[in-house]
Amino acid sequence: MMGANRIPGVGRLTPARTARFTFDGRTLTALEGDTVASALLANGIHLVGRSFKYHRPRGILSAGAEEPNALLDVSRDAARRQPNVRATVQEVFDGMKVESQNRWPSLAFDVGGFNDLLSPFFAAGFYYKTFMWPKAAWHAIYEPFIRRAAGLGVTPTEADPDHYASRYAHCDVLVIGAGVAGLSAALAAAKAGAKVIICDEQPEVGGALRYENGTTIDGKDGWDWAQDTAKALAAMDNVTLLTRTTGFGYYNHNFVGLVERVTDHLAALDKSLPRERLWQVRAKKVILANGQIERHMVFANNDRPGIMLASAGRTYLNHFGVAVGSKVGVYTAHDSAYEAAFDLKRAGVSVPVIVDCRENPGEAVLAEARKLGIEVLTGHSVIKAGGKLRVNSISVARNGGGSARKFAVDALLVSAGWTPSVHLFSQSRGKVKFDAATQRFLPGTYLQDCLSIGACNGTDDLQATIDEALAAGELTARAAGAEGGAQVALSGENRFGWTGGMIGAAEGAGPDTTVKAFIDFQHDVCAKDIRLAVREGMHSIEHIKRFTTNGMASDQGKLSNMHGLAIAAEALGKDIPQVGLTTFRQPYTPVTFGAIVNHSRGALFDPARKTPIHAWEEAHGAEFEDVGNWKRAWFYPRSGEDMHEAVARECKTVRDVAGVFDASTLGKIEVVGPDAAQFLNLMYTNAWDNLKPGRCRYGIMLRDDGFVYDDGVVGRLAEDRFHVTTTTGGAPRVMNHMEDYLQTEFPHLKVWLTSTTEQWAVIAVQGPKAREIIAPLVEGIDLSNEAFPHMSVAEGKICGVPTRLFRMSFTGELGFEVNVPADYGQAVWEAIWARAEPMGACAYGTETMHVLRAEKGYIIVGQDTDGTLTPDDAGLSWAVSKKKPDFVGIRGLKRPDLVKDGRKQLVGLLTKDPKVVLEEGAQIVADPNQPKPMTMLGHVTSSYWSANCGRSIALAMVAGGRERLGQTLYVPMTDRTIAVEVSDMVFFDKEGGRLHG
Amino acid sequence: MLLIYCPYCEEERSELEFRGAGDAHIARPENIADITDEEFEEYFFLRQNPKGLIFERWRHIHGCGRFFNAARDTVSDRFYTTYKAGEPKPDVSDILQSEQNKGAAK
Amino acid sequence: MRKYSVFAVAREALRGHKGWGPHWASPEPRKEYDAIIIGGGGHGLGAAYYLAKEHGITNVAVLEKGWIGGGNTGRNTTIIRSNYLYEESMDIYEHSLKLWENLSHDLNYNVMYSPRGVMMLSHNIHDQQSFKRHINANRLYGIDNEWLTPEQAKAYCPPLDIAKTARYPINGAALQRRGGTARHDAVAWGYARAASDRGVHIIQNCEVTGIRRDETGRVVGVDTNRGYIGAKKVGISAAGHTSVLMQMADVRVPLQSQPLQALVSEPLKPIFPCVVMSNSVHAYISQSDKGEFVIGAGTDQYNSYSQTGGLQIITHTLDAICELFPMFRRVKMMRQWGGIVDVTQDRSPIQGVTPVPGLFLNAGWGTGGFKATPGSAHLFAHLIAKGEPHRLAAGLTLERFRTGRLIDEAAAAAVAH
Repeated sequence: MMGANRIPGVGRLTPARTARFTFDGRTLTALEGDTVASALLANGIHLVGRSFKYHRPRGILSAGAEEPNALLDVSRDAARRQPNVRATVQEVFDGMKVESQNRWPSLAFDVGGFNDLLSPFFAAGFYYKTFMWPKAAWHAIYEPFIRRAAGLGVTPTEADPDHYASRYAHCDVLVIGAGVAGLSAALAAAKAGAKVIICDEQPEVGGALRYENGTTIDGKDGWDWAQDTAKALAAMDNVTLLTRTTGFGYYNHNFVGLVERVTDHLAALDKSLPRERLWQVRAKKVILANGQIERHMVFANNDRPGIMLASAGRTYLNHFGVAVGSKVGVYTAHDSAYEAAFDLKRAGVSVPVIVDCRENPGEAVLAEARKLGIEVLTGHSVIKAGGKLRVNSISVARNGGGSARKFAVDALLVSAGWTPSVHLFSQSRGKVKFDAATQRFLPGTYLQDCLSIGACNGTDDLQATIDEALAAGELTARAAGAEGGAQVALSGENRFGWTGGMIGAAEGAGPDTTVKAFIDFQHDVCAKDIRLAVREGMHSIEHIKRFTTNGMASDQGKLSNMHGLAIAAEALGKDIPQVGLTTFRQPYTPVTFGAIVNHSRGALFDPARKTPIHAWEEAHGAEFEDVGNWKRAWFYPRSGEDMHEAVARECKTVRDVAGVFDASTLGKIEVVGPDAAQFLNLMYTNAWDNLKPGRCRYGIMLRDDGFVYDDGVVGRLAEDRFHVTTTTGGAPRVMNHMEDYLQTEFPHLKVWLTSTTEQWAVIAVQGPKAREIIAPLVEGIDLSNEAFPHMSVAEGKICGVPTRLFRMSFTGELGFEVNVPADYGQAVWEAIWARAEPMGACAYGTETMHVLRAEKGYIIVGQDTDGTLTPDDAGLSWAVSKKKPDFVGIRGLKRPDLVKDGRKQLVGLLTKDPKVVLEEGAQIVADPNQPKPMTMLGHVTSSYWSANCGRSIALAMVAGGRERLGQTLYVPMTDRTIAVEVSDMVFFDKEGGRLHG
Repeated sequence: MLLIYCPYCEEERSELEFRGAGDAHIARPENIADITDEEFEEYFFLRQNPKGLIFERWRHIHGCGRFFNAARDTVSDRFYTTYKAGEPKPDVSDILQSEQNKGAAK
Repeated sequence: MRKYSVFAVAREALRGHKGWGPHWASPEPRKEYDAIIIGGGGHGLGAAYYLAKEHGITNVAVLEKGWIGGGNTGRNTTIIRSNYLYEESMDIYEHSLKLWENLSHDLNYNVMYSPRGVMMLSHNIHDQQSFKRHINANRLYGIDNEWLTPEQAKAYCPPLDIAKTARYPINGAALQRRGGTARHDAVAWGYARAASDRGVHIIQNCEVTGIRRDETGRVVGVDTNRGYIGAKKVGISAAGHTSVLMQMADVRVPLQSQPLQALVSEPLKPIFPCVVMSNSVHAYISQSDKGEFVIGAGTDQYNSYSQTGGLQIITHTLDAICELFPMFRRVKMMRQWGGIVDVTQDRSPIQGVTPVPGLFLNAGWGTGGFKATPGSAHLFAHLIAKGEPHRLAAGLTLERFRTGRLIDEAAAAAVAH
C-alpha cells in the first residue's frame, strides 16, 4: 500500500496516514510527510526525468535543495501548475498530480534521447563554431530548432490564482539553518534575551539529523533533541521559528530575504492563506548555519537512475523508511558513506560491496563494515555503471588498472565528500579561503556582520560544532545588546568520526578518457567538457563555466562547482585557489516571482491616483486617460458620439458657452516665509518681487543647465505667501528640486515649502458664461473685470466653503480656477454643474483642454518641450528676467550651444489641406525627395482638429523655426507627404480679447 | 537594500525612505552667472566618481524630508558616517583606519 | 586560426575533440605596443580587432584586469536595437546593427545574433507621442521601426495581456524587427579569437595602475601589475571603471558608476518569441535559447563598484513583469546579478579624444553598451588609428558637456504631463 520499498518499523512517518497522488498518470500511494521523491522511491520508481541536452534518463540524486535531476511538474489544478519542482523538496499532498518533464512521447521512451547518440557532435561550445551557413540562417533555421529543445518544464499559461504575502521583520539575531548548529546558536542567543528569528528550508528542524541517526545530544537521540529544542524555542516570546523557509538572499547591510512556503504541502487548500510569504529581515547579526552538501563521484555513466548520494540514501531510509534498492552498492571517497551501508544492512537490505577509492579509510568504519560482513574494496574505483533506465551493475577495478569485477546492484550510493555551503556567506560578499588540507572553500574574510558556524564553517566534530554555535549565539546576542542571563551548555556525541573526500574526476574518467562522467547533471556537463574548455583557451573558471554551462542550471552548481574547478585546475596545471571560484549569487534556490511581487498586483501595483471628482466623472460617462499615476477624465462621450465628435462638441461648447474641467491633478506647492519672493526669484526665471498680492504670474522653472524643467501659474496671496502650481507629472520632482536648493544652496532664506496637491480640488470654469455660472455661488470676492482681472487670485468662499479663487485661463476664454479643500471638491463641482448645465455648458476632459490651449498656442511642458528646450526655444524668452543677478539656470542658458543660431524653436504648423491632421511625433523636412537618411528639421509636438478654427492645427519644434514663418515644409508619412506652412502659434483669437471678457 | 542613519531623525531607516542625491560638497558658485563655460562644466558635470570613499547626499524623502551628507565606501557599500547638510566634510581617516584593522582582525 | 565549420566540428567529433586549440593566444606582454586598449570587454576587444583588420595596426595589446568579457559584456540582457531618436544615436546604433547582421561571418564565430524583434510597449498617449516621434525619425533615417496596434502586438507576442482593464493598459507598441538579441560571451570570445589571429595580444589578469605621460603631457605607456608597458596611443574602454582610469591621467569625466541589476528565471520551454520593453512600468524581458527568461532591472540610486544591488530594485521590475504577464507569477527567479554601468548626465556615450594627447576614451554607454558593441568598437578603432573621431561618432565627444550640445535620449522621452 505505502510502497513496496517501505520497510516496516523504519523511519519517522506514520504508516496509517496515506496520501494518493499520480505520477505520469499512474496513481500511487504515499505517506503523509513524504516528499515526492521519497514516495516515488517507496514505489520503486527511480526514473523521473530527462536531462537538458542529451535527454539522458535521470533519477533522484539527492534528498534536498541541491537536486539537479528530479525536476517535475506538480499541479493542484490547471491554474496551480508548477514546473521544475524539485521532487526532493516538495511534500506530497493528497490529490497531487505529478508529471515528468522534457520527454516525448514518454519518460521511458524519449525521442530526444537520440541526442545522446549524437553527443560527440554536441561538445561544449559546439554552437559557436557552426550554424552560420547560409547567412542569416541562425535566426531562420537553426535557432528555432534549438529553441524547441530548450527549457525543462512548461511555462504556466494561466494567471496564477494564488496570493502571496510579505513581511518586514527586524531582529537581533537571524539564524539561517536549524540543524544542530543553528538550533544551538538560536538557543544560546534566545536564552541571552536576544530577539531571534531562526529558519530552515525543511518542514522539520534537524538538518543532517534527518539521516544521521547515530547522534546523541544532551543525552537524547539527536533528532528528538532537535524537535524538543524547536518546541522550546517556539514557546519563547523572543523567538520566531520558521520551517519550510529558505534564506535565499543575503543583501547589503544585513538585509536577508527568506521565503516561506505556506500552502504547497496542504491537501486542503485554505484560500485565506498565502501560497508563500516573503520575509525581508533586517538583522543586527546573522548566524549562518547552512550545513554542507555531499558531492557525487565522477565516473562513467554516473548519472544512471538509481545512483544517488549516500546521505540521500540514508535520508530515505532513516527518515522516510524507504530502501532505495534491494541490492545497494556504495562507492565513496569519504567515511560518511559507510554509515549508509551500515544502516541499510541493519534494515535488511543487501549491500554487496563498498568501493572506496582511498587506500586507507577510517579504521572505525572499516571495522564496523567487517563486523557487519560487508565487503570493502579499498583502493578500488567504480569505472562504469551499467544499465540505462536504472543502474543494474557496477564495474569495479583496482586503481591504476587491472581487470574489472562486475557487481549486480539496483542502486548505488556515492560520496566524494562534502562541500560546505558558503553560498550565503559569499552573497554577503565575504571572501572565501581555500583550505588545502581538507580541499574545501571556507569562510575567510567577512564584510558584513555575520558569523558562520558548524559544517558551513568547516567544523566537522559534533561537540566542536555545538560549542562554536553556543558561543556564536551568545556573542551575537550580546553584541546586539541582549542582556539576559542563562548560559547554555550542551554535550553531543557521534557514533563515528569521518574523514576523507576528493574533488574532480575519479578513476576511469581521467584526462585521457572520453567517457560520459557527469559533473553537472542537468546541463549534461562531463569531465571531458571541462578539459575541452581548457584546451580551447578558457583558463578562467568563469570562462570555463560559461563555455561549458557548468553550474548554470537550476541548481546553480551546488554539486558541480567543486568538481569542475578541480578538473579545470588539473587540466591547467594550477592549484585550485589560483583558478578561483565563480561568484555565488542570490537566490540560494529559485524563488517564485509571485513571492517577490506579493501584494503588488492589480490595483495594488502602482495604485492609481484619483481626484476628488473622479466618482462624478465616472458616473457621467467619462473616458479616462493615464497621466503619470493619475486617472484623468479624457472626454465625455454622449451616446452615439465617438471621441472625435465628443471632443469637437466640447471644444465648441467651451468657447460658445462654457465648460467645467477637473484640474485637481495640477501640482500645488505652498511657499511661505519672509523670503518667499526671493526664493521664487531664484527658482523661476521671472521676477517675483513686483508681483502684488492678489495677482498671479506664469512662471518658468529651469534646471541649472538652462533647460525648461517645469512651468505653472503662481499666485501671490500675501507678501509672504505664494500658491505655486506645477504640471501634473512634475509635482513631486519640482517639490524635490525646490527643497534641494532651499536646504542646501539657499539655507539662509526663511522659507517653508508644503506640497498641497492633494489638499485642493481644482475646478476650472472656462468660457463666456464662466462668471455667470459661479458668481451666485461665490461670497466675499468681487468678480468684476475691474476688481478681479485676468491673472488674479483671491480668498473667499464658494458654496459656503473656503476657496482660493483664481482668475486665469488655459483656454484663452474668460476663466476661473476654483480651489476648494479636497473633501468639498465633488460637492462644489456638483453645485457648479447644477448652474452650468442648464446654461448649455459642458464638462470637458483633458483632450479638449489640450485642443483649446493649442488653439491659443499655450505649451505643455513635457509634450511641446522635451528637456532639451530653452525658454527661448519655446518662445518664452519674455518670461526670463534680464535684470536678476541669479536664478537657477542663468549660467547654463548662456552656454555656446544654447545660444547659437538654428536651434529648434516652437512654431505653429498649418497643413496646406486644412482637413489633414498631422500625426503627433511626425518629422518635418525641407525637401521630401532627399534620400535617406534625411535631414530632419524637427517634429510635430501637438496636433488636433480644431472645431473652433474649422481646420487642423499643430505645434512643432522646427530648426530655426521663427525664421521660417510662411515657409512651406513637408511631413513625409508612409503613405503620402503632407505639405505644411510654418505659422505663429496662436490660431484662435489672436488679439486675446476673450481672456478679458 | 541599504540601512541609512538619518542625522536629523537620529535613526537607522531602510533605503526605501531615502532618495540618493549625488555628490556632496559641490557648492553652487556664488557668482554663477559670471563663471566660464569650463567652470560651469566643472560644477555641473565633472565628478570624481571614486572607487572607495565617497561623500554623497541623501534626502530622507519619506521621512523628515531633510537633505544630509554621507561618507560611504563604494566598494563595500558601507557607510562610515552621515552628517547634516552644511556641516564640514568630516575627517574619516580614523574610521578608515579602524575599519582596515577590523578587516585584518577577521 | 583554424576555421570553424560544421565539417571541422564533425571531424573533431570523431576524435574526441582533441584537435581544437585555444580561442586566443595568451602571450607575455611586450615592452611596447603601437596601441594599448584598456578593458577586455566587447568594445575593447572589438576595437583591437578592427584596428588590426581595417587599419593594419596589429601591434596592439588589450589589457584586461580580470577575464575578458567579465564586465558588462557578460552581465547584460543582450538586447540589440537601433531605434533611437537623435541622429547621433541613430548613427552609431544603426552602424552597430548593420555590423551585428554580419558579425558571425566576419568573425567566423557564431555570436547568435537573433533578430527576433524588440517591441516597446506604449501605455498612454504620452508614450504614443514619444514612440511615434521615434518611429517617424527612424523611418526617415532609414531605420526600421513600426507602430503596432494592441492586437498586432499580441499577435507578435502572444503572452502579452492587452486587456483594457490592466492597470497600465497597452495602447500600442513600437516594433523594430531587426532588433533582437545575441550571445554575449560569444561576442567577447569571437572578437578575441579574431583579434588574436591578427596578432593582437590579449593579456588577462593585467591591471593598469598608472598612465604615464612625458613632459609634454603625451601618453607614453601604462604601469600594470605585470610591469610597465609602453604605447603612444592608449584607449580606455573600461565601462564602470572609466573614472578610476581617467584619474590616473588627472582627467575628471562626467560619469557616475552605478549598479545595474538583471535576473534570469529557471529554464522553461520557449513561449516568448521576442524582446519586450516597457518604459512606463520599467521592465524588459526576453527568453534565451536555453529557455530562461532574461529580465533587466533598473539601476540602484547610488554610486557603487560592488556589482550587487538591492532586492527592491529586482522587486520593482518583477512587479511590472507579472503585471504585464500574470501567468509568470509562478515562474521562479534562478539567479540575479549586477554590473557596474558608467552613466553620463545625458545618458549618451562619450567617444573621443581627451585633454591628454594620445589618450582616447570610449565610455558612458550606461545601460546600452552591449547593443553598441560592434559599432562602438569599429568607430573607436578609427579614433585610435586616425586620432580623430569617425563621422558617425563625431557628436559623442567630451566637449559637449562644456558647450551644452547634449544628446539627451532620456530627456527626449520627456515626462508625463
